[in-house]
Amino acid sequence: MRYDLSMDSALAVHRLHFAFTITFHYLFPQLTMGLALLIFVLRTIALRRNDEHYRAAAQFWTRIFGINFAIGVVTGIPMEFQFGTNWAGFARAAGGVIGQTLAMEGVYSFFLESTFLGLMVYGEKRLGPRLHWFASMMVFLGSWISGFFIIATDAWMQHPVGYRLGPNGEIVLDSFAQLLSNPWIPWQYLHNMIASVVTAGFVVAALGAFYVLKGNYPQFGRTFVKTGVIAGAIGTVLMIFPTGDRQGKLVTDHQPVTLAAMEGHFETMRGAPIALVGQPDMEKMELDNPILIPRVLSFLTYQHWSAEVKGLKDFPRDQWPDNIPLLYYSYHVMVGLGTILVALMALAAFFLWRGTLYANRPLLWALMLAFPFPYIATTAGWMTAEMGRQPWLIYGLMRTADGVSPRVSAGNGLFTLIGFMGLYTLLGMLFLYLVHREVDRGPAREAH
Amino acid sequence: METIWFCLVAILIAGYVIFDGFDLGVGAIHMFVGRTEKEREAIISTVGPVWDGNEVWLIAGGGTLYFAFPSLYASSFSGFYLALMIVLWLLILRGIALEFRNHIHDEIWKPLWDVVFAWSSGLLALVFGVALGNVVRGVPIDANGYFFLPLWTDLRPGAQPGVLDWYTLLIGITSLAALSMHGALWLVLKSDGEIRRRASQWVRRAWPAVVLLGVLITVASFAMQPHLAAQYSSHPWGCVFPILAVAGLAGIFFYHRAGREIHAFLSSCAYLAGMLLSVVFGLYPIVLPSNADPTRSLTIHNAAAPEYGLRIGLWWFIPGMILVAGYFLFAYRHQAGKVKVS
Repeated sequence: MRYDLSMDSALAVHRLHFAFTITFHYLFPQLTMGLALLIFVLRTIALRRNDEHYRAAAQFWTRIFGINFAIGVVTGIPMEFQFGTNWAGFARAAGGVIGQTLAMEGVYSFFLESTFLGLMVYGEKRLGPRLHWFASMMVFLGSWISGFFIIATDAWMQHPVGYRLGPNGEIVLDSFAQLLSNPWIPWQYLHNMIASVVTAGFVVAALGAFYVLKGNYPQFGRTFVKTGVIAGAIGTVLMIFPTGDRQGKLVTDHQPVTLAAMEGHFETMRGAPIALVGQPDMEKMELDNPILIPRVLSFLTYQHWSAEVKGLKDFPRDQWPDNIPLLYYSYHVMVGLGTILVALMALAAFFLWRGTLYANRPLLWALMLAFPFPYIATTAGWMTAEMGRQPWLIYGLMRTADGVSPRVSAGNGLFTLIGFMGLYTLLGMLFLYLVHREVDRGPAREAH
Repeated sequence: METIWFCLVAILIAGYVIFDGFDLGVGAIHMFVGRTEKEREAIISTVGPVWDGNEVWLIAGGGTLYFAFPSLYASSFSGFYLALMIVLWLLILRGIALEFRNHIHDEIWKPLWDVVFAWSSGLLALVFGVALGNVVRGVPIDANGYFFLPLWTDLRPGAQPGVLDWYTLLIGITSLAALSMHGALWLVLKSDGEIRRRASQWVRRAWPAVVLLGVLITVASFAMQPHLAAQYSSHPWGCVFPILAVAGLAGIFFYHRAGREIHAFLSSCAYLAGMLLSVVFGLYPIVLPSNADPTRSLTIHNAAAPEYGLRIGLWWFIPGMILVAGYFLFAYRHQAGKVKVS
């Protein structure tokens, strides 16, 4: 489909508007969800052993959590609103279906999470240790339920189920049970939540390594390194197998053109090779300067070394994702970083088991510097999923171009996009400044 | 079924106005009621642990509107695009002001966030009133069910209105006055000493203004939206809502004078709910009136999601909201009592 220039630019602006606000927003919940689990574990240990050290450790991370959560909350509301403001066509067509899961998120998760967070952050003295532990469990549950409903919403856009088309082509919810038992949900949910634990594990380990290397809080530093490495080591493995692998199978089965685009696979062939590096050249329809491993793509996709993998050229052009190079790079960044993360955590876990990790300065340096990578890998993973869905807004059902708000012009969209960019830059600076202060003051400080 | 969801969405919005309403009211007046840094800190600690949960009423209301009335959500959110983006920015500023103020004890940091908190809360109270005014006045809905409103045109509610005109501003000012009184009543309930005395003074001064504005907006609204008069004359039982609002106002006056803090605050809740439900009932079954061609108005019938989804929605919505009531009871009981200026 071709659009005239003005429509085309409005579409691009609305896509960028959502992409920017969701990418910035998700930097925060991805830490919150994983960290909620780790704080809950630390509090459980503190309660069971009546251990002051673990209590102080949990208290310290709760302060970081609070700052992080605040930014997550304030940048989260624009996400829900944008379905109506920028994507009115989509809201009108599909609100009756995905509005269900989004409204359920509000009712079942946000009330729970926000109520108990207020208690968790402010009320340790008032609540006593047991109720306080309970509050931290509720915050953990609330944030993970929230993740479920968002994944259920996205899963429906990736793989719509439980609907029928009405007489005027409108999308009508047909089976609530199918909506919530969408086969796309379980693996995507686990993959995403485990990625969140990985992010939290790397962040906790990085700060622990920083304290150990700097020598200002060596005791807490070791606890953080240990907590982070255990969570990170388990998480990185589960992230690749089975969750990442099964997620890939779903794409293979239901979005084969996306798979071809992600892999930069242009020609249909038996025994297809996998590209480790290489740049998609959309004019020559091939990868420039690739490093290929023969037959591996066939094996990974169909467990058969000479299976046929359909290439992009054999799919109609109007089914192709609309930005294949970016999709290809996102996917390769995710996989590449995922491999590095699993290797680093495996190494750290080995030395932790041998009892020599805290003295291994090079490895502590690596842990300290590695924490941005899970953020990048997660962002790249979401870019892969969402750009891979293109040109569809709802896969196979509604095109992205048909979902925008028809009366909101490119200029208005750009104005508010730039407004968000400015405001979020400020939020980012405030976040870094406040977290830096907490890191500087360290875990031993008594709660205010 | 559409009517049930119409009522449920109205209840969620009323919940938002009552709960986050006092946060906004407290924000709008906290610099007048609290003179010293310590007093302001005490005032903010009355909303600090609860504002986020209170704001969830807006998110849940939005989500429910999205799922029950998708066409209304699509049309109104894209039509009020600029105004809603400003609401989002203000909500962001209000949230971080509350969350970040007490992180650093500093002569510049805290006053800075106090000002941000005051202006963002005050403007939100105003803008939410303006939004309600727009819904009563109606908007120029096109043949496809969409519209796009500029922020203002000539400030008159004519055929080409903007978000701001004299009528919507009047509703906005009423909303600001009413929510500031609501916030002041909350502070009377939650504080002692000087803060309580100044908050109480605020209530006494705001009350006559709220009454006067209430009369003005009633007259103006009936003039602006003929559907209101038709609805009330054909369904006179609906007068319970305006009566609830008037009773709430009277309750505020008498209970506040008698020093019965909780009764006065609950009267204010009744007043706010009464005002909102009066409007909502008066518009029913319209959810967004067209200001020119009445056949283009969005109603609960042409804007609702199909029957099956609405029916199944009740199965999760009602248990969910019972749980919510439980959380709120738990949280507010643990925050009960007055705050002290440290």
